[in-house]
Amino acid sequence: MSSHASTSHSTGHAAPQGFIRKYVFSTDHKVIGIQYIFLGLFSAILGTALSMMMRLRLAWPGSQFPLLEHIFPTGFPGGVMSPEFYLAVLTIHGTIMVFFLLTTVPLSGFGNYILPIQIGARDMAFPVLNMLSYWTTVVALMVLMASMFVEGGAPISGWTAYPPLSALGKIAGPGLGAGQTLWIASIAIFCLASLLTALNFITTTLNMRAAGMSLMRMPLTVWAWFTASTVALLAFPVLLGGGILLLLDRLAGTSFFLASGMVVSGKVMTNSGGSPILWQHLFWFFGHPEVYIIILPGMGITSHIISTFSRKPIFAYKAMVAAIFAIGFIGFIVWGHHMFASGMSPLVGMVFSVLTLTVGVPSAIKVFNWLATLWGGHIRCTASMLYALGFVSFFVTGGVTGLLLAQPAIDVYFHDTYFVVAHFHIIMGLAAVFSIFAALHFWFPKMFGRYMSETLGKVHFWITITGVYSIFIPMHFLGMAGAPRRYAQFTEFAYLSKLQPLTIHISWAAFVVGAAQLILLFNIFRSMRWGKRAPDNAWEATTLEWVIPSPPPHDNFGDMEPVVYRGPYEFSVPGAKADFILQTEQEVEGGE
Amino acid sequence: MLLAPDLPGPLLKLLALFFWALAIATATAFIVHPIWLPENISLNGVDVDQQLNLTLCIAGAAFVIAHMLLGLFLWRFGGKQAGRALYWHESHRMETAWTVVTAVIFVGLGLQGSRVWAREYLTDPPANAMTIEVTGQQFAWNFRYPGPDGKFGRTRPDKVDDSEGNYIGLDDGDPAGTDDITTQNVIAIPVNRPIQLIIRSRDVLHSFFVPVLRFKQDAVPGMGIPVHFTATKTGEYEVACAELCGMQHYKMRARFLVMTDTDFNAWLKSRSQ
Repeated sequence: MSSHASTSHSTGHAAPQGFIRKYVFSTDHKVIGIQYIFLGLFSAILGTALSMMMRLRLAWPGSQFPLLEHIFPTGFPGGVMSPEFYLAVLTIHGTIMVFFLLTTVPLSGFGNYILPIQIGARDMAFPVLNMLSYWTTVVALMVLMASMFVEGGAPISGWTAYPPLSALGKIAGPGLGAGQTLWIASIAIFCLASLLTALNFITTTLNMRAAGMSLMRMPLTVWAWFTASTVALLAFPVLLGGGILLLLDRLAGTSFFLASGMVVSGKVMTNSGGSPILWQHLFWFFGHPEVYIIILPGMGITSHIISTFSRKPIFAYKAMVAAIFAIGFIGFIVWGHHMFASGMSPLVGMVFSVLTLTVGVPSAIKVFNWLATLWGGHIRCTASMLYALGFVSFFVTGGVTGLLLAQPAIDVYFHDTYFVVAHFHIIMGLAAVFSIFAALHFWFPKMFGRYMSETLGKVHFWITITGVYSIFIPMHFLGMAGAPRRYAQFTEFAYLSKLQPLTIHISWAAFVVGAAQLILLFNIFRSMRWGKRAPDNAWEATTLEWVIPSPPPHDNFGDMEPVVYRGPYEFSVPGAKADFILQTEQEVEGGE
Repeated sequence: MLLAPDLPGPLLKLLALFFWALAIATATAFIVHPIWLPENISLNGVDVDQQLNLTLCIAGAAFVIAHMLLGLFLWRFGGKQAGRALYWHESHRMETAWTVVTAVIFVGLGLQGSRVWAREYLTDPPANAMTIEVTGQQFAWNFRYPGPDGKFGRTRPDKVDDSEGNYIGLDDGDPAGTDDITTQNVIAIPVNRPIQLIIRSRDVLHSFFVPVLRFKQDAVPGMGIPVHFTATKTGEYEVACAELCGMQHYKMRARFLVMTDTDFNAWLKSRSQ
């Protein structure tokens, strides 16, 4: 790009000087995006390590692990993992994965980096607010880490933190003292950060689009990030409010979630007037939309990548946009399906059941459209495409079990069993993680000017997809047999102890998958330095990020003023000279 | 320069084979199912199992068909091909068709499931139902039978005394409570007789889960939640806690005994002394 003084449009975007302003307290959406991705990477490493420890205890509950006793002397007394330590590991695993990996990377990470470029903007609408969001997220993560090292132990009430257990304090047992307080504080801080990010994304999408970038010319990734942000803006305040009430119950003696007449550890409590179920309504009013905050960006990324590597326009673009909206909207009125066994009115349960099955319709439409996009394509086998196809597979596999869980008559058997654990790990965990893998391989050349290794990517893909299906398909059968989740071991019940061989199999598969992630880590760090150099348009794609250099300059477009002339997925247009047409191309030689 | 066109065929065909194998293996595992739900011993459970099997068939069909198609398209369009990809990106007829079909199946399934649910949860227990109170505590299940007078006596939190065995705080000042029979971690019921449970908790959330009865119900402090069922087969079964309630959650177990009328009356009598 030109080194001449910038023209009038790029005001206020001189590149910052100095390491701190450039890489630490940066206001550049691209740096912030990469910061979020690395924060997510750190969280993923920690969260995966914790899940390996859970698998150790579940497979061999009484066994001694002297090495782990050295690292966690209180969690492994005599080398055996204590049940409360198991619950603490489970709680931190869930919290860190849901909030600091799955919410953070697909939306705040890739969204931050790619969204402004894809709509032709030079930065986010509020760059300083963007920096504040990131560092607030870092504070939230640090508070969560601190909760593991305080007196009384790490929190044990799960990522859903149901009161009274989470509200009573240390009288209710180990891990419910200061650690639980810090857990709630961490989530409240995270809510604030997410709110600011959502506001920024929405404003940026609505106000900062380049000339010609009408709404219906936006890539589906942008639609997905925009909708997920809108959902986040409406959902996170409810969790924030709930979290503050829960903190007040713990610290100020209020009784929002505590009923009268409780006797805890032999002590008569003086609370009265509250309802534990109120928390569940507040939590899931946030918590179910949260699932869509996680998965909508994955759907956008998958649509984008499948279209690109099928060399075909995405099938039914308008229906895809409508489905994103429908999922975002209906997602707000299905939260009660988490509460069929809670004591909520059975009549209300019926309403939530039918609404929940309705949300399956736009989800199914997306699958049909992905399949139709593949039909007649010239499919290119990149690692990124393999991960995107993996996403489709997980979305189907995890989606169909939703048909069972959405019906209260069936769900009161499956609720809080391993059937649910398998269901949400596939549809929320794996699908979203594969969309992260796909996005990483796809946009890495843009971010660092170098490709990630295709070979390592494919090896990682094959081990991971085979491994995770070996974990989670069998896990459904634990749920079929009625194994409750959040049990530190299955040996206390006659009907559960016969499931031990299956549990051991799942643990071994988990260790293989865990080890395979080292390939991904190696690939990331190796490719940053030694990857094959990538051209500006690394995949012969069509959207605006491929018009500019890799990596892009500080203000993205330099002297160029991007003008958009066409839709986002113009692949294989008959008569065009190449099988892709950039959104910025005005004329098509030979016409259509 | 272009990476992708050099890397077509084999891996996509392998992925096609993988998706087909996944569909077949998973379907086979569910059809053969070496591990399955424990036997059903509840009258309502028959309907639940039927609805469960119907839904599993539909879910399984969707899973298999989607993976078969995914594999087929990868197989067919994953190799080297001449010319350009098909420029085809909408078909209102197909879109309308699959939207309508999916909506009808999903919502129909929801309405059908709601009927099973309504029969179980939106009906009153039969007049001859026997009422038993269940009270969860960290980490035990307490059960109470009203005794010959058919009435539960008053309870008060300040009367709770675990060392005296008064786990639910039975108030000795209430005459209706003098004949109440309480047990811990064991419940017995007569076979083929409607039972109503009133489920409570004295501390945190628990969930009363009897796999052979096909239901669980959370125990919530401050609430007495009614559920009713009829067990149709005698035997000894297990009650698990299915809501995280603290560090010994995994140990919170009760024995669930279904007896003939004679055995039950003898059992109850032995407990009342």
